[in-house]
Amino acid sequence: MDVEILARIQFAFTIAFHYIYPPLSIGLGLVMVFFEGAYLRTGNKQYEQLARFWTRIFAVTFGIGVATGIVMEFEFGTNWATYSRYVGDIFGSALAAEGIFAFALESGFLGILLFGWNRVSPRVHFIATVGVWLGSMFSAVWIVVANSWQQTPAGYHVVGEGIHARAEITDFWAMVFNPSSVDRLLHVWIGAFLAGTFLVLSVHAYYLLKNRHVELSKRAFKIALSIAMVSSLLQLFIGHRSADGVAHNQPAKLAAMEGHFDTLAPAHMYALGWVDKESQTVTGIGLPGGLSFLIHGDFKEPVKGLNAFPEDERPGAVNAIFQFYHIMIAIGMFLIALSLYAGWQWWRGKLFEKRWLMWVFVWAVILPQIANQTGWFAAEMGRQPWVVYGLLRTSDALSKAVTANQVLFSLILFSFIYSLLLALFLYMMNKKIKHGPVEGTLQEHRPKQEGMVEGMEG
Amino acid sequence: MATFLGLDYPTLWFLVVGGVFSGYAILDGFDLGAGAWHLFLKKEKSRRIALNAVGPVWDGNEVWLVIGGGALFAGFPVVYATLFSSMYIPFMLFLAFIIFRATAIEFRSKEEMAWWRKTWDITYSLSSIMLSILLGIILGNVLQGFEIGADYEFAGNWLNFFNPYAIILGVTTLSLFMMHGAIYLTMKTEGRLFTKLKLLLRRAIIFFILMFVITTAYTLIYFPHLSDRFKEVPILFIFPLLTFLTIANIPRLVNKSKYRSAFLFSALTVSFSLAIVAIELYPVLIPSTLDAANSITIYNAASSEKSLSILLTIAAIGAPLVLSYTAFVFWTFRGKVKLDETSY
Ligand code: HDD
Ligand code: HEM
Ligand code: HEM
Repeated sequence: MDVEILARIQFAFTIAFHYIYPPLSIGLGLVMVFFEGAYLRTGNKQYEQLARFWTRIFAVTFGIGVATGIVMEFEFGTNWATYSRYVGDIFGSALAAEGIFAFALESGFLGILLFGWNRVSPRVHFIATVGVWLGSMFSAVWIVVANSWQQTPAGYHVVGEGIHARAEITDFWAMVFNPSSVDRLLHVWIGAFLAGTFLVLSVHAYYLLKNRHVELSKRAFKIALSIAMVSSLLQLFIGHRSADGVAHNQPAKLAAMEGHFDTLAPAHMYALGWVDKESQTVTGIGLPGGLSFLIHGDFKEPVKGLNAFPEDERPGAVNAIFQFYHIMIAIGMFLIALSLYAGWQWWRGKLFEKRWLMWVFVWAVILPQIANQTGWFAAEMGRQPWVVYGLLRTSDALSKAVTANQVLFSLILFSFIYSLLLALFLYMMNKKIKHGPVEGTLQEHRPKQEGMVEGMEG
Repeated sequence: MATFLGLDYPTLWFLVVGGVFSGYAILDGFDLGAGAWHLFLKKEKSRRIALNAVGPVWDGNEVWLVIGGGALFAGFPVVYATLFSSMYIPFMLFLAFIIFRATAIEFRSKEEMAWWRKTWDITYSLSSIMLSILLGIILGNVLQGFEIGADYEFAGNWLNFFNPYAIILGVTTLSLFMMHGAIYLTMKTEGRLFTKLKLLLRRAIIFFILMFVITTAYTLIYFPHLSDRFKEVPILFIFPLLTFLTIANIPRLVNKSKYRSAFLFSALTVSFSLAIVAIELYPVLIPSTLDAANSITIYNAASSEKSLSILLTIAAIGAPLVLSYTAFVFWTFRGKVKLDETSY
């Protein structure tokens, strides 16, 4: 295998693994803010128990998120040196802003969030929780801005030639608000809310089924369900806006997503299907002319198909992109149906009587995870063969000094480490969930005002 | 070229990056150093206390590395690209140890079994040691320079990164961090553990001073050009001088049991040492041993002026924020370590 393939596999593998955790951290952070907020407002101890319990789970997802994230930060330099030189002028400021504004905020307050329960007042602790959550939200901002710039470059000009060519920034705000960044950021945020809330829903549904922590779990379930209902609906709306943006800015990607080859035909929108690249046909069911309607508001209007693009400027893995994209949408639809149905049962006062529904929630935790992953795979593979759309090819972006063996070595190394991490993660989650929230009396918050005198000297 | 306070933008950003890495070395330095001592503490309780001394802050400390990486990428993309792709293997090892260390801290105390704790104790300590050494190795190679071709790509053999000078610097870095970490732990503990740490601290100081002398002698003998800058601008001799004075002050303060001041001075030692490195290199960032024309300097590596001015603005807004919550967290966890149900 050549360096390019290996480096791409490595990037895809490490980022996909990293991306298991950030959505959980961001989503759980939001739920914890609600729990602690409810505790501060009502003074009800149960909310504090919930906040403490979820903080312990959060610590695990966050810890692995950080460890795997640091790898990402340096991987641009190690494996994609040409790319780094090309985009550094633009991309770097987003990454630097991420470090300063986001990571420092989250990691700084993390100490207080995890270890500060008995050190600071509930109010200060709440502020720390909000700080950590906001930090994780900001970090999504900058990284998604950077990625969106790769998809739809704006606010730059290219200087130099050959190996010294690079993009230079001309307008910071045009770079930040490039055509796709706002829609994609919202889409990523909400995808993360869904990942977090469905974990909470899953665990508390499990407790309810096992008749443990019943009252606590009902409270938690209702809060998480409310967030999930709003988020899943919003996700459809924003996903649609994203698709609209792709249609205008990256037509080849959209054509791949729907398996549309012919240039002068109206384009369909499928619910599911299978793309045959040889015969350039899609077998499946869907809405004829749906894509034409989405883009032009007219079922008959032709849409640019893949054949309209030169051979070396279209994404290769059309069927994979099609499938990833459709899995995400199918899951999105299912999550809407599921959360609205549950909301309706809640309104009728029957929510917790339906055991089968609780079982669905126990297993539904995996769905937002799959949707998040497939969404990224569709977006990133659809961008190929460009690493910066229309400007820099993936095959030109590599580190020239790095050999296939070196990449293979690190790929094996990380496969080994990440398998271990995943096993530990699942083991710990299982253990903590089995253990459950501590009910009954808790240590009172007892901020130590006189701690300072207590002797640093000595 | 635009300037601010008489300094051009690349130089200003050079100072910012240097400041961030120096902050990183001071902060992560003490928790890596504390980790390096971990296996020297034998009792379970001592190990937990030592771990929880860094517990609430190590992650925030590591963020300085992330910020430094981002700052390098943003301001000097050529350095970011060349450095990390050239030193591919050392960096991959570095990243692997970062993950192992984080995992060990996270999971060590989550189970009671002796084999579990022992495995993570060893992982934690070993990765702290290896990370310190690798940082020194990377620094050592940057100081010596390596084979960089006209396309800014590495044209040498990666095994050469493990050369004697780099390894000596690796061990020196380890010794510095171990001293720094031992002072920190002494500051945060009491009772028997405190007495034991005082003993370890003495050894750490001797270990460091020994390594410092070896490195200085080796540099002067084998890399005389590195001291050229000091000969050209004699006023700069103030930095080595200050470094010597700071180092000499540490045993004095330790003897007087002034650990907080000693910690301050070991932090200063870290900064001054890096300042010396910066003076030796400036304006070069990575010297090429193939052809001086291929060396990467702050000018041929820098982002555009526009980009640098954006970065400087971000840094000016961000720095007070970062410093204030770093200070707030350290203040919250001031004083001796107390274990409770939320501890590791
Ligand atoms: C949607 C959000 C998102 C996306 C797309 C990414 N990350 Fe991430 N990252 C986070 C959201 C996040 C987070 C929520 O802020 C993390 C993960 C969980 C966590 O605990 O912090 C984090 C941690 C994290 C860290 C550790 C920070 C620390 O020490 O606190 C680094 C260096 C990165 N990430 C870097 C990257 C890079 C270079 C990415 C792209 C290639 C990337 N992340 C994709
Ligand atoms: C976290 C979610 C993300 C996922 C799951 C993801 C997924 C992927 C996948 C699957 C590939 C390989 C595509 C292929 O080879 O066909 C890839 C490549 C890449 N992505 Fe992403 N990505 C994510 C975020 C990002 C971000 C935030 C950035 C930049 C800021 C980024 C930059 C890149 C680069 C530089 C490559 C390598 C070149 C390439 O193969 O296109 N990715 N990503
Ligand atoms: C409900 C219908 C949905 C639609 C119409 C939709 C649409 C889209 C589109 C068009 C993209 C590609 C954007 C681009 O390449 O610029 C995308 C990407 C993505 N989707 Fe969805 N999506 C839906 C549901 C979901 C759900 C439920 C999740 C997760 C829980 C999700 C997570 C993602 C992620 C993480 C990405 C990659 C980041 C990005 O490009 O925005 N999507 N989605």
